Amino acid sequence: MVDALELAARIGSPLTESTFRDNRRMDVAATHILPLLTTLKNDFGFNMLIDLTAVDYLEYEGARDRFGVVYLLLNVDSGERLILRTAVNLPEATLPTATGLWRGADWMEREVFDMFGIRFAGHPDLRRILMPDEFTEFPLRKDYPVKGRGERHNFPVITRAGS
Amino acid sequence: MAVGLPENVFLTRLDAAANWARSNSLWPMPFATACCGIELMATAASRYDLARFGAEVMRFSPRQCDLLIVAGRVVMKMLPVLQRIWLQMPEPKWCISMGACACSGGVFDSYAVVQGVDRFIPVDMYVPGCPPRPEQLLAAIIDMQEKIRATGTVMGREFMARTSPMGPSPFDADELLRIKDASFVQLGGLSSPMGSVPRAGGSNHG
Ligand code: SF4
Repeated sequence: MVDALELAARIGSPLTESTFRDNRRMDVAATHILPLLTTLKNDFGFNMLIDLTAVDYLEYEGARDRFGVVYLLLNVDSGERLILRTAVNLPEATLPTATGLWRGADWMEREVFDMFGIRFAGHPDLRRILMPDEFTEFPLRKDYPVKGRGERHNFPVITRAGS
Repeated sequence: MAVGLPENVFLTRLDAAANWARSNSLWPMPFATACCGIELMATAASRYDLARFGAEVMRFSPRQCDLLIVAGRVVMKMLPVLQRIWLQMPEPKWCISMGACACSGGVFDSYAVVQGVDRFIPVDMYVPGCPPRPEQLLAAIIDMQEKIRATGTVMGREFMARTSPMGPSPFDADELLRIKDASFVQLGGLSSPMGSVPRAGGSNHG
């Protein structure tokens, strides 16, 4: 089990630890996420990035920050899991990329960018991955209507005469 | 016969002869994007045996097909592909919209899902159900054959009359609903349709 205090000392920034069921979770400041990930990977054997995703906390009760970016790590040898969360805010929601540590972060970061508009500095190829390239909005933001802004109707109509 | 035709010769209209040939050898183009596609496969497989109706030759090249079967939801990224496939199919061609999703978007009323393919391509036959049973698809293909026999012409004149897609609901009604929904979010930043109802699990957030 990694020790939160020891981790905090290593990266020089406080960590807030909490647990839910048997999940250990830590909150870290956005400025220290990359050092934390690097330490966890290199010194504590968290060699697998299970998932990288984000949450929009707009209108969430008691939330101080707009987005939470969540990293799920696994130490394949010991089976230990760790969940990290860091906060980003508009207008320049940017985090350092984790692709340098785990190549698998590539598409996950693209998905977070596509859905939430959070940018990852240093990412090799930060393009939309799910939505069409010409899409302009970020659909999983809470201020984006579920039914969209009419994009799904924006196509030429092919009639019998025209085909 | 009274006119004294020799044996094995019969009189018919050219239209009827063409329709007879076309309706009994439909070549489907399976556009299976979701769960309905599984039923489509079952329809073609041995138990339901689409071959009994002369439509078993599924082709994955639109150039060889004359019956487009849209089975499953179509998202806005896939719609241009669907339209291109439709345009690549040679005339005469028909389209079956299979399942609630292809017909109307089904339960997926979201920003990405097209609310009925008939808004953007012509559709001849709708099959309801989620998913429709293979029997329903078979019934649709039999009805399709009936329709071809009843209305088809050798030069495809019957298509000239149908110039617009026949969607289930006009765009405007749907757009009004959407704008009404959207205005909840935009009004005054933090107001929401839920009012001040506390969200469950709020205390879990650190
Ligand atoms: S109609 Fe039902 S079975 Fe068919 S694609 Fe939609 S959800 Fe799947």
